[in-house]
Amino acid sequence: MTIDVTEIKKDFPVLQRHINGKPLIYLDSANTSQKPVSVMDAMEDYYRQFNANVHRGSYQLANEATAILEGSRDKVTSFINANSRQEVVFTKNATEAMNLISNTWGREHLTDGDAIVLTELEHHANIVPWQMLASEKNFEIRWIKIDDNGHLDLSDFDQLIRGAKLLSFAAMSNVLGTFTPVKELTSRAQEMGLTVHADASQYTPHTKTDVQDMGIDFLTFTGHKLLGPMGIGVLWGKESLLESMPPFLGGGEMILNVTKEGFSTNELPWKFEAGTPMVAEAAGLGAAIDYLSDIGMDEIRNHEIDLTDYALQCLVSEFGETMSIFGPKNSLERGGVISFTFDGAHPHDISQVLDEDNICIRAGHHCAKPLMQVLNVGATSRVSMYLYNDRSDIDALVSGLHKVRDLFIP
Amino acid sequence: MASLDDLYKEIILDHYRSPRNQGELEPPAHRCEGFNPLCGDEVIVFVSLINNKIEEIKIGGQGCSISQASASMMTEIIKGKSVSEAEEIIHAFKEMMDIYESELSGKETDGTSSSIDLGDLEALQGVVKYPVRIKCATLAWNTLTQSINEIQNIDDSL
Ligand SMILES: Cc1ncc(COP(=O)(O)O)c(C=O)c1O
Repeated sequence: MTIDVTEIKKDFPVLQRHINGKPLIYLDSANTSQKPVSVMDAMEDYYRQFNANVHRGSYQLANEATAILEGSRDKVTSFINANSRQEVVFTKNATEAMNLISNTWGREHLTDGDAIVLTELEHHANIVPWQMLASEKNFEIRWIKIDDNGHLDLSDFDQLIRGAKLLSFAAMSNVLGTFTPVKELTSRAQEMGLTVHADASQYTPHTKTDVQDMGIDFLTFTGHKLLGPMGIGVLWGKESLLESMPPFLGGGEMILNVTKEGFSTNELPWKFEAGTPMVAEAAGLGAAIDYLSDIGMDEIRNHEIDLTDYALQCLVSEFGETMSIFGPKNSLERGGVISFTFDGAHPHDISQVLDEDNICIRAGHHCAKPLMQVLNVGATSRVSMYLYNDRSDIDALVSGLHKVRDLFIP
Repeated sequence: MASLDDLYKEIILDHYRSPRNQGELEPPAHRCEGFNPLCGDEVIVFVSLINNKIEEIKIGGQGCSISQASASMMTEIIKGKSVSEAEEIIHAFKEMMDIYESELSGKETDGTSSSIDLGDLEALQGVVKYPVRIKCATLAWNTLTQSINEIQNIDDSL
């Protein structure tokens, strides 16, 4: 079944916008996605009808607010096929979720002489928390390299993971679009005793996520790239692991009891949710998951494969050798993210010229500076697609890029 | 409404395509790096200061058309100038960026626009209509200021 993008676009008010009389062409969903009306309605509804603090009310309104928060947790639980709702922790975003892992699991398990393994594809959110902890605990950070096609180079994988305690990698690259071989990496690493975390910030919005099938120990993602609001993210972890970890932030909600002498922690998942949570954002995330599930993650993925194929073909046939496209050539091995550089025009200038026609793409290092060094570029242009994009958006991009070429490459 | 022609004047594109004074200088020339964290642009300014005069200036690094063109034009106007002349030019350039910025935001200016002729650099005036690009235009200049300060600090400590 194919999805009806014309109908879908109608659900996204921002996409109806015209700036200076021209329509908006939004191709920056890897940065943040747009939001359907149902997500906004869910958030507004919460404040209009249900607002009360959760988990502590002795009246109906508060119980309803609690039901909204916990109902969204149930939606996330089934969306990623977690074993139980205890395993689903709400955080501010993916970045906070990764800091949670490094500060709790990491702080308990990593010491002098240990090693962890990351990849050259990582977003700063899966690098800096580990570097911060490493400067304190003095463990080694090893890097899985990438090859010329933007795939992980696994030729020395066994050596890299030997003696290491953690493997932490992006399930999909936010720059190259590469899907990493999650199951293979996970099973090989777990055989050697490593704990495995997948940063699914780019993965979960675009393809079916099944944490049990992936076999990983931790998964993190962020709500705003998944049609949800900014301000909510998810940490999923195996229950036994989360059970064994110390709490992250301290305060209300995360305790069972507090005396002058000390405290005892709450049950999962609230043990990791200190303070008043983001209930409206949870309502929005729940609505986003409903929206995606109604359309179907497989349908979304298929649509993106088709669109990515089309985009790659257009870019190659229109610009040929003058454009360098990074990452896998085959759209089955990548998500709808295309990074490129254009001979003679800097990414910042490309975005500027495209902006004249309201074509939104990202220029820069995409919070992946180590990867930029590997690619030997200072910055790239990045086009990223979602379910509300279609071929007309790509056609607009191509004609915008012709203007860039005319201006910069006489 | 600002238009791309204000930003990408022919002279700017010319400096971008064929940057002047590109390269490196060997020590004892002074080396100073500047970054624009927003877009990852990087400029390296090499300055050879002899008898208080900027004998040589070279630019390394990489960046967008605005940052590269601005750096290139800067080297042309700065080369051969004394430190105090260079400082006046830097001031005048910053002021040009500033005055337009304040006009855009409707703020009062003191109107003391300096009398220095900035030549080709005037072409960069259009950048102020694109506020996020001002940082691109001033990157090399801020790095040169830092460079001059560092050189003077080294001299002071001798
Ligand atoms: C792969 C990846 N990981 C983590 C993040 C961080 O997401 P957030 O800023 O919402 O925490 C991003 C977002 O840019 C990402 O692309």
